[in-house]
Amino acid sequence: MNEGCVGKVYPPTAPYEVGREKIREFAAAVREGNAACWDTEAARALGYPDIIAPPSFPMVLTLEAEHDAVHDPELGAANQNRFVHREQRFAYNRPIHAGDVLTVTVRLAGVDSVAGNDVVTYESTLTAADGEHVCTGRSTFVIFGQEGGDVR
Amino acid sequence: MTVETAARPRYEDIEPGFRLPGRTFRVERKDLVRYGGAACDYNVIHWDDRTAVAMGLPSPIAHGMFTMGLALGVLTDWAGDAGAVVDFGGRFPRLVPVPNDGVGVELTVEATVMEKLEPPRLRLSVAVRLGGSDGGKVLTMPRTIVALR
Repeated sequence: MNEGCVGKVYPPTAPYEVGREKIREFAAAVREGNAACWDTEAARALGYPDIIAPPSFPMVLTLEAEHDAVHDPELGAANQNRFVHREQRFAYNRPIHAGDVLTVTVRLAGVDSVAGNDVVTYESTLTAADGEHVCTGRSTFVIFGQEGGDVR
Repeated sequence: MTVETAARPRYEDIEPGFRLPGRTFRVERKDLVRYGGAACDYNVIHWDDRTAVAMGLPSPIAHGMFTMGLALGVLTDWAGDAGAVVDFGGRFPRLVPVPNDGVGVELTVEATVMEKLEPPRLRLSVAVRLGGSDGGKVLTMPRTIVALR
């Protein structure tokens, strides 16, 4: 991989409007039962403007944005279609709520190699339409270069 | 999905060493497909047996973020607020193959309060094990910050 790409910032993604039913669909998938993810009144009782997304929801936005970055020809990562998540962090300024319109700005934070496989780390910033910082993610993926290679 | 509003724990009442109610989840292949759809994660390694075998795995693996999502739900359930988990990060030290056998696997979530930070924040250590409480760790989240109200 091209280490000269470390620090590269990709253009912000197209705005993503967070819908109530998308939040509920995601909450069901991760078995999130907290009422603030399901019921508008319950969310408002906690001081939120609308139902809020489960904590890991930003992955819906960051994965695609980071996936696109893995395919950056300048980076030159091998066999970009086979990758496995090794680490993930999200730090919030505030929860994501239905009605948010978010963009993701991806920065390549680091490249590495482990057992012959490429490892990439991205820092992704989620920003609301008014410019407010919502949360920042940090993702590390292992990209498997060899056909039939062992993922361990 | 059951929606409940539980009494929320208070920062003042929690001391380091407090263990949250743990939970064991059964995870089948259909749960991976459902998560993949909801999360827009269509990576074949999470549903396609042929790809898994070609990569030396017994079967497709659970999404790390699915496992993390289950674990975070244990915290939000306890806190009574899905917005309470303000900072979290984890590693996936082992992959979780999920056979398409109608049985699947069990994941057990454990969470312990490690430290009281500036009110109303607590630092928790969270782990997910494959199987019961003696199973190997598949997710470790040593620095998970929960802000109570």
